[in-house]
Amino acid sequence: MQNLSYYLQLLLSGVTVGSLYALIAIGYTMVYGILRLINFAHGDIFMMAGFFMIYIVSSGIPMYISIPLVLILTVVLGVVIERVAYKPLRNAPRMSIMISAIGVSYLLQNFATYFTGGLAKPYPTIPFISNGITVFGVSTKVITIITPILTILLVIALVILIKRTKIGMGMRAVSKDFETSQLMGIKINSVISMTFIIGSFLAAVGSILYFSYYEQVTPTIGAMPGLKAFVAAVFGGIGSIPGAVIGAYIIGVCETFIKSNSDYSIFSNAFTFALLIIILVLKPNGLFGEKLSEKV
Amino acid sequence: MDLSWYYLKGILTLAGIYMLPVLGLSLLTGFTGLFSFGHAGFMAIGGYTTAVMMTKLKIPFIPSLLIGGFTASFVSYLIGKLTLKLKGDYFCIATLGFGEAIRLILENVQYFGGARGWPGLPLKTNFITVVVIDIIAILIIRNVIYSRHGRNMIAVREEELASQVVGISLFKYKMTSLMISAFYAGVGGGLLGTYLGFLQPKIFSLVRSTELTIIVIFGGLGSITGSVAGAIVLVALPEILRSFANWRLVVYGAAVVFIMIARPEGLMGGKELSFSAIKNLLRKPSKN
Repeated sequence: MQNLSYYLQLLLSGVTVGSLYALIAIGYTMVYGILRLINFAHGDIFMMAGFFMIYIVSSGIPMYISIPLVLILTVVLGVVIERVAYKPLRNAPRMSIMISAIGVSYLLQNFATYFTGGLAKPYPTIPFISNGITVFGVSTKVITIITPILTILLVIALVILIKRTKIGMGMRAVSKDFETSQLMGIKINSVISMTFIIGSFLAAVGSILYFSYYEQVTPTIGAMPGLKAFVAAVFGGIGSIPGAVIGAYIIGVCETFIKSNSDYSIFSNAFTFALLIIILVLKPNGLFGEKLSEKV
Repeated sequence: MDLSWYYLKGILTLAGIYMLPVLGLSLLTGFTGLFSFGHAGFMAIGGYTTAVMMTKLKIPFIPSLLIGGFTASFVSYLIGKLTLKLKGDYFCIATLGFGEAIRLILENVQYFGGARGWPGLPLKTNFITVVVIDIIAILIIRNVIYSRHGRNMIAVREEELASQVVGISLFKYKMTSLMISAFYAGVGGGLLGTYLGFLQPKIFSLVRSTELTIIVIFGGLGSITGSVAGAIVLVALPEILRSFANWRLVVYGAAVVFIMIARPEGLMGGKELSFSAIKNLLRKPSKN
């Protein structure tokens, strides 16, 4: 048997990984809530944010400018994708827009492969957060402590934005009924743009933390965290933000514990998808999903 | 560009192999209205089963293919039993989970060569076999669609509640459709393995599943000829784009987005290309 501090360490890194999934999962769940679209390009936006950082820092721009710059560029990328690839399809069959999202995902992945030669690039070290620290006798990096705190703060800010502001009210209205809210004078386009701004922003924050933690970026790296964040969003009930966050923490912690056991570690990724099927069978709307009533 | 018959034959054979899972998915998606992002998983099951039958148990080619198809179909029965009650997007998400789980499990089972793949499979598939199997497959699926069962499937696609009211069992027809489509995907997987002589879990990734759905939607939902044309165009597209050299796959992604924006209802848009349709098109306009 290992001692307590070993499990504490596992729990800590599980919570960190869960926070990273949570930041990505919010982007999925918000877009789904509003457009009923599974945004398959979201994981790749996350990957692109990683490459923005690498290229901006290597061009000699200091860290305190490059971090905001990465956030801005990622947000611009998210909004441009929405305008170019999703907006023209708003009245098309719902599946066409999903295919368009898959097309964007191919485009970004292959563009990154072409641009970088497909090799893993080292992520620049951000001072301070990569320093070592000892908490409760567990030695770790500052980033493992910062990530959950930052995530919780961002989620609280987001919930306040959605509950208390005008644009948040618009978002809630649009996710309830797209057409009626349009008739009520809600500017659909700005609500949708705002959704993509928030989603991409959180993905960019997640990307900075994730790659500082794992230290390298490859063109296809967005796929796995993207899928897991998506599973987290479904687990918590797609469309629900607290649900997505809780789902992400559950997946992050479970995954870390499975990975630590050498007999089962190879199945840690398969576990996520098995969990997806189990939750869909037992509770089809997820933990906090709204029950959809069928209109006749 | 050297357009030799050998080169063309290679592309057409590959297109013909992908045509099988596409036809199956066309029945499921285009005619029954269920979207799947996990059909590469059924292809993987069919492919690996066929390979096991041929190399380990020394069963001849065609029976092995059929066993591969039936195994995929059986697995789809189990999956369907669990997930077909789910509404809308959730079925599609569940199939996504299934497909990825199958791939990740295959990657970790050393008996099948794990992630490195399984080389040295017998090369049994050639252009002629693929063409013959495709023709049989198209005829079968055509007969299914024009039968009573096919009409019931279309009713399920159009309006679930109304078809339930007139006494069509939703579950039964969704299940039939899923099982047929998994059978097709399984046979397609078997053909792919015996054509390439090599199987690797990576071949059956989520990208493959989405590619199959892209082909079906590109061809036009509810059109068999559309799916056939879609399979040929989209398998050939990366080859046509070869002149873009390294930009090829970037352009491919852009092309998918562009096609969707330009023609969201797909190539055929639910219509069939048949001799009578062509005759109709060429007929002189009637006087009245």
